[in-house]
Amino acid sequence: MKDRPRTQDFDWVLLAIVAAITTLGVLEIYSSTHASAMVGMQWKQLMWLGVGIAAMFIISRIDYHTLMDQAPVLYMFGLATLLVVLVIGHSRFGAKRWVSLGGGPNFQVSELMKLIIIIVLARFFSEVRTDRLTLTDLVKVAALTCIPVGLILMQPDLGTAMVLVPVAIVGAFLAGIEWKHMAVGLVLVALMIPVGWNMRHHLKPYQQQRIETFLHPEENPRSAGYQVLQSEIAVGSGGFWGKGFGKGSQNQLGFVPVRYSDFILAALAEEQGFIGVCVVLLLYLGLILRLVDNAQKAKDRAGMFIVMGVTAILGFHVLVNASMVIGYMPVTGIPLPLMSYGGSATAFVFLALGLVMNVRMRRFVN
Amino acid sequence: MPSWSVNDQKIPQGRLALVSYVFVAIVALLMVGFWKLQVVQSGHFADLAERNRVRSIPIIAPRGPMLDREGRVLVDSYPSFSILLMRDDLKSLEKSLPQIEDGLGIDPDDLRQELEAAKNEPKFLPVIIKPAATQADIAFVESHRADIPVLELMMVQRRRYPHNSMLASAIGYVGEVSVQDMDQSEGQYRPGDLVGKAGLEKEYNDQLEGTDGMRRVVVNSVGKVMRTLDNVEAIPGKPVQLTIDYDLQAIAEADMVGKQGAVVAMDARTGEVLAMVSRPTFDPNDFAVRVPKEEWQSLNTDKKTPLLNRAIQAQLAPGSVFKIVMATAMLESKQISENFTAYCPGYANFYGRTFHCWRPQGHGVVGLHAAIVDSCDVFFYNVGKLLGIDTISHYASGLGFGKRTGIDLPGEEPGLVPSEEWVERVYHHKWYAGETISVSVGQGAVTVTPIQLARMAAAVASGGNLVQPHLLKNFANSKVDHFAISDNTVEQVTQGLYGVVNEGGGTGYHLRLQNIDLCGKSGTAQLMSYDAAKRLGTKTMDGWFVGFAPRRNPEIVIAAIVQDTMEHGGEAAGPVVRDIVKAYYDKKNARTLQQATTDSPAQPNSTQPLVATVGAKRP
Repeated sequence: MKDRPRTQDFDWVLLAIVAAITTLGVLEIYSSTHASAMVGMQWKQLMWLGVGIAAMFIISRIDYHTLMDQAPVLYMFGLATLLVVLVIGHSRFGAKRWVSLGGGPNFQVSELMKLIIIIVLARFFSEVRTDRLTLTDLVKVAALTCIPVGLILMQPDLGTAMVLVPVAIVGAFLAGIEWKHMAVGLVLVALMIPVGWNMRHHLKPYQQQRIETFLHPEENPRSAGYQVLQSEIAVGSGGFWGKGFGKGSQNQLGFVPVRYSDFILAALAEEQGFIGVCVVLLLYLGLILRLVDNAQKAKDRAGMFIVMGVTAILGFHVLVNASMVIGYMPVTGIPLPLMSYGGSATAFVFLALGLVMNVRMRRFVN
Repeated sequence: MPSWSVNDQKIPQGRLALVSYVFVAIVALLMVGFWKLQVVQSGHFADLAERNRVRSIPIIAPRGPMLDREGRVLVDSYPSFSILLMRDDLKSLEKSLPQIEDGLGIDPDDLRQELEAAKNEPKFLPVIIKPAATQADIAFVESHRADIPVLELMMVQRRRYPHNSMLASAIGYVGEVSVQDMDQSEGQYRPGDLVGKAGLEKEYNDQLEGTDGMRRVVVNSVGKVMRTLDNVEAIPGKPVQLTIDYDLQAIAEADMVGKQGAVVAMDARTGEVLAMVSRPTFDPNDFAVRVPKEEWQSLNTDKKTPLLNRAIQAQLAPGSVFKIVMATAMLESKQISENFTAYCPGYANFYGRTFHCWRPQGHGVVGLHAAIVDSCDVFFYNVGKLLGIDTISHYASGLGFGKRTGIDLPGEEPGLVPSEEWVERVYHHKWYAGETISVSVGQGAVTVTPIQLARMAAAVASGGNLVQPHLLKNFANSKVDHFAISDNTVEQVTQGLYGVVNEGGGTGYHLRLQNIDLCGKSGTAQLMSYDAAKRLGTKTMDGWFVGFAPRRNPEIVIAAIVQDTMEHGGEAAGPVVRDIVKAYYDKKNARTLQQATTDSPAQPNSTQPLVATVGAKRP
């Protein structure tokens, strides 16, 4: 047993996987943008990675118990920021998600909320004294989750709002949700699908369009269904071996939408083929399994919940993003963690990984 | 340590393991998803990617020009721009509509109607909103590329008819290829391609139409051309040289201005059509762009049928011109003596009916020559009665009536030669003998087209050579039917036809020309067939004149008809024939004179084109 957490106790295996994924990401960003007006984007992404790694080290130094102590404060802060965004936030791409950081880069505050919900729910689940979740507990979890989800939906940002939900679900599962409650929950979700279908007319027009597009991509080949179709064409035409680095026509000629960000996996799939996709997916699986391993070895349940909160969000991101790229899920604007270009998203992932390191470093500390 | 973290519960290893299995399953499913796209369907998507990337831009081949016999341009093509409206982005389209209407001078209602009509077509198909853009329109599109991205320019080749309605009925017109034609062409045509729809444009479409070229380019997602893959140049259509003589055509056109009817002038020896007019007519330039619906309707429903080429499609009673056939039949059949005479008091009675001669006071006693010269009806009533309908029918058919001449134009009509067999087949009753009397003077059931009349006259004067009329200069396999007519018959009939124009009492005496042996026969039909009369709404007379020169083995033969006139054929149609014949000889004499005076070996061919045309092929 040691007295102090040490950086040597970082999960270097995890970091190696992260390094591999980010390297592929930066290369693909370079390939997607080098021949366009956005040339040089890979350098910006490298900068974000640097910022993220620094943030990861900083957050790993603050004992996660200390962070969890402040959970109520963080929660209130998070909700307040979301409210502020709703009132004064910039509209970008039709949604208010961004806050200007004193003239600097804009920060998407809902990313922050992801971190906060991990900490808040970890704290909540840790406070449950048994390994059984009561119905009251479940209602509380639902309430804690639904308030920020609702606020993010009002921005409106369906994708990020949805991302918070798996933290609650995975957390509840690990905290000992009773099988019967889970069964009831699954039935409720099943029932919600037709209700939600009928409610679709209350969605924002762009959300309606995205759902329409998802269901009938070929009906509107030039506008809404265009993105999905072009993504599928990119992936499919890549074939088994891919067209080669920088040689994907869908990617290079700009048919793949936001190919350096949300659709980066489509760009990679076109140029590196099924082989490349398998490498990427296996790297992500390795990342997730390594995260679960960290959870299993956590010193306490609090640490485990934090690590699994991070795992839930990252896993959900990968699932939704990869499914979107092959047309199995509607376009929701969820990036592929560690590969998609983006400052806030990259920062979030590294802050989340910082929490994981935080837990790991302290597993032997008294 | 805060109180909340004092938790003696163990880490739920089992459930954690379960969660990791779920993730393994998810990744496996995703791999299956990618496998489906990238391995199972990769060929399909590779096709789609290629179609995305590569755009084939057709290079429209210009249609070949049509030239007159001396190489003067009658029809040509010119490059032009069409303005396209992209409909894939409806929102920005709506915003730009007022600006577009303003800038291009398009009626907002028309534009909206067009968009409405295209509503059910795929969104990526643009709408042509201005088929023939002016310089100002092109400038407008180019200068608004940034703020009105929905407009595009497309280069096309358009048909131009520099002489407007001249020769229009024979030339025909072009139009967009029909769905049926496209299906039959096995991929040769794309929607919007122009093809010949009528007349020579249709007949010689294969020769006139070139082969479109194709430029394959790589485009990016906003349609910007990044580079050219390959370039197949268009092969322009071949020129078509016609037998038409622009000078004669111009005279025929001028003579027919404001009239209803037709003229066809033909080289009597070869069947080369020198001039062909049908009135009223249309301007094929109107079809070269897009015919407004109302105009197309009015062209089609006009009682005067401007789209009809009367020279080959009007089936009319030949009137007294038919007497040429009667005279030939009389002499050739030898059923009647050459010296047969009849007394004409101005009328005659047959089968209890009175038949009038055109001249109420009568012609007195007339023989064949006089009967031709002054067109005595009573004489030919008697001849007809003696010959009977089947003999008449035999000679009429032999001289080319009742069947198509085979002219190289679509839609030629055969006319009708009545016979006993015909009336029994069609009307299921016996031939009325009285009908024979009417047919004897070109009335009743017999109908002919102007081209048939011209060919018949040439045949009689040449001893029975029925040429195949044609408009293509190097018309291969021109067929000549021979219907033997004895020299004596030719001599007697042509003497009569010479007398029509050159003897004092002739119905065409006012048409005589100095130094030219113009022969001819007038005809005045009271009515056409009942059907035709009803269709054309004609109440007055049809005036015919068929003329040729010289008397034996003529060079030129002309049939002219002026419909809906109050004049007799000699007055109504005769001058048209005379003017063309005169022009023909003036031209011929001028050429002989030129040949005699210029003895230059550098110009061996006096029929050099007056207007040099590039690519004009001369036989």
